[in-house]
Amino acid sequence: MATKQIPLADRPGARAALRRNWDLIWSDGLGRLGVILLGVVAVIAIFGPMLFPFDPKAVGRSAADILQPPSAQHWLGTDELGRDVFRAALAGSRISLLVGLLATAISILVGAVIGLVAGYYPGWPDSVLMRVTDFFLVMPTLPLVIALAALFGQSLGIIILVIGLTGWPSTARIVRSQVLSLRERQFVVRIRSLGASDLRIVGSHILPNVLPLIFANTVLVIAGSILSEATLAFLGLGDPVHVSWGTMLHFAFVSGATGRGAWWYFLPPGFGIVLVVLGFTLFGHTLDRILNPRLRERG
Amino acid sequence: MFRAGYLARKAGQLALTLFAVVTFNFVLFRVLPGDPLQLIARSGHLPPEAVARLRALFGLDRPLLVQFWYYLRNLSHAQFGFSFTYRRPVSSILAERMTNTIILLGAATVFIVLLGVGLGVFAAARRGSRADSGTVVTALVFWSLPTFWTGMILVFLLGVWLHAFPISGITTPGAVYSSWFDQTGDVVSHIFLPTVTLALVDIGQFILITRSSLVDVLTEDFILTAKAKGLSRRNVVWRHGVRNALLPVITASALYISLVVGGAIQVETVFSWPGIGRLIYDAVLRRDYPILEACFLIFAVTVILANLASDLLYQVLDPRVREA
Repeated sequence: MATKQIPLADRPGARAALRRNWDLIWSDGLGRLGVILLGVVAVIAIFGPMLFPFDPKAVGRSAADILQPPSAQHWLGTDELGRDVFRAALAGSRISLLVGLLATAISILVGAVIGLVAGYYPGWPDSVLMRVTDFFLVMPTLPLVIALAALFGQSLGIIILVIGLTGWPSTARIVRSQVLSLRERQFVVRIRSLGASDLRIVGSHILPNVLPLIFANTVLVIAGSILSEATLAFLGLGDPVHVSWGTMLHFAFVSGATGRGAWWYFLPPGFGIVLVVLGFTLFGHTLDRILNPRLRERG
Repeated sequence: MFRAGYLARKAGQLALTLFAVVTFNFVLFRVLPGDPLQLIARSGHLPPEAVARLRALFGLDRPLLVQFWYYLRNLSHAQFGFSFTYRRPVSSILAERMTNTIILLGAATVFIVLLGVGLGVFAAARRGSRADSGTVVTALVFWSLPTFWTGMILVFLLGVWLHAFPISGITTPGAVYSSWFDQTGDVVSHIFLPTVTLALVDIGQFILITRSSLVDVLTEDFILTAKAKGLSRRNVVWRHGVRNALLPVITASALYISLVVGGAIQVETVFSWPGIGRLIYDAVLRRDYPILEACFLIFAVTVILANLASDLLYQVLDPRVREA
């Protein structure tokens, strides 16, 4: 981005635009539900582990402590090691969100750069980049992610990288098609004839116009990344030290909690995942409807 | 139906993509991570002579390009190598498992396409009504469900709690069937829960795509004409609307294949369904790389072919694209 870029919120009219978009989201029933769900999740992830810290070493002392149903002492019962499920689920929220957000940051960065370059430079950069994008677009994501995670190891960093580096193709496509239409617009042609450099045109004139679309896409990608992490962790490829909701469900499955009817063990982490994913999905769909020019014209 | 030039271009693209996938697969599993010998031997303490002998045996002492050539030659004979854990050729294991996965995915796909398109039409024909928004919200909620967790809940509710359905495998272990009919019934009762799980989770996008496509079509002028002619509502929606709204659904079905392949891995894991998906799960736990590699290749090629098929189908069905 150009150095003299004025922050979005300080630009004249930008505050009003933010306000208007916010009102549009809030007046949409689904959008409002999404915002509320995300608020609930944020409160859980920020304050939950502070109020009810989880100690992974606080295992049960005897067989009587294992897979116990909810009680006054353990609000959501205990897991197969006799640990508190309620506290574990609160701690897991942070890991799931952390992986989802960081992986999305990688996906969006890679996708946006590839989309901008491909859209702005027709000819060989565009065809090469789009070939690569199409290749990753047709790859079945889950098997690819499984193969990469199994090969490179089970740490949080690897999982974030693997999900991030496989989740960018759709963003690249969306950004590219928007840049393609922007670069032919009058204002870009004029700036170019005034002698502005490519970096300046893309940085200060095209990027700001693509940002709303990227933002709406980001929200949807977060939902996908969190689901990917949960699936990967459930299949036993999660970080065994940093236990996410997916990892909890893996241990619940492997320890036979479903067969023993220990619903208090496998329901909470799953509800957590659904809460987050649904929140981001509803919010993202509403944003997309408001910010995506193609959908907006349709009314 | 197709122009020769178009077909030639598609064939060229297919060959290029397949070559890219095979190369990617080779690089991924051979060049990037540690020493394959340690994986085979499962130990870092082999005497040097044994290491050298194993290297020669598996051709690992050759340059990478020569190894790649061997790899391509083996693939052309459907040789995927030797499983670490099963101690059998991977291709024979795959052959056993493939049918089970195809049965499961076939059953789920029939459900998903028929119900998904039906519900999408139902919602679009009642655009703006309570039934419409209810369908959309339901689709979004189901879309947000993790497949494996949905499976676990169904196992708990219908399998463990109500004892209505068996929860693992493809047949009852040790069962003796009096007739072919009995055996089919047993398989159907086993396939029920995995199919429902897949259908619940993957139906959402079919509903949403059918709905938004039909909503678009229903605003077009020829629909107004059809209504003005006095055709029945049912006739307008199905004969004039749905027929034209199905094109994006075909594009979506290529995407669906790549999604449902991931769904198969999760569902087969939860329900111990003896297919490729469960094979992948077991291979991951035991780090059986030759199996993992072959399964990845099979799924990738399947998805690529599905994409090609949907491209061609689109050409057949939409004359406007054919002209261009």
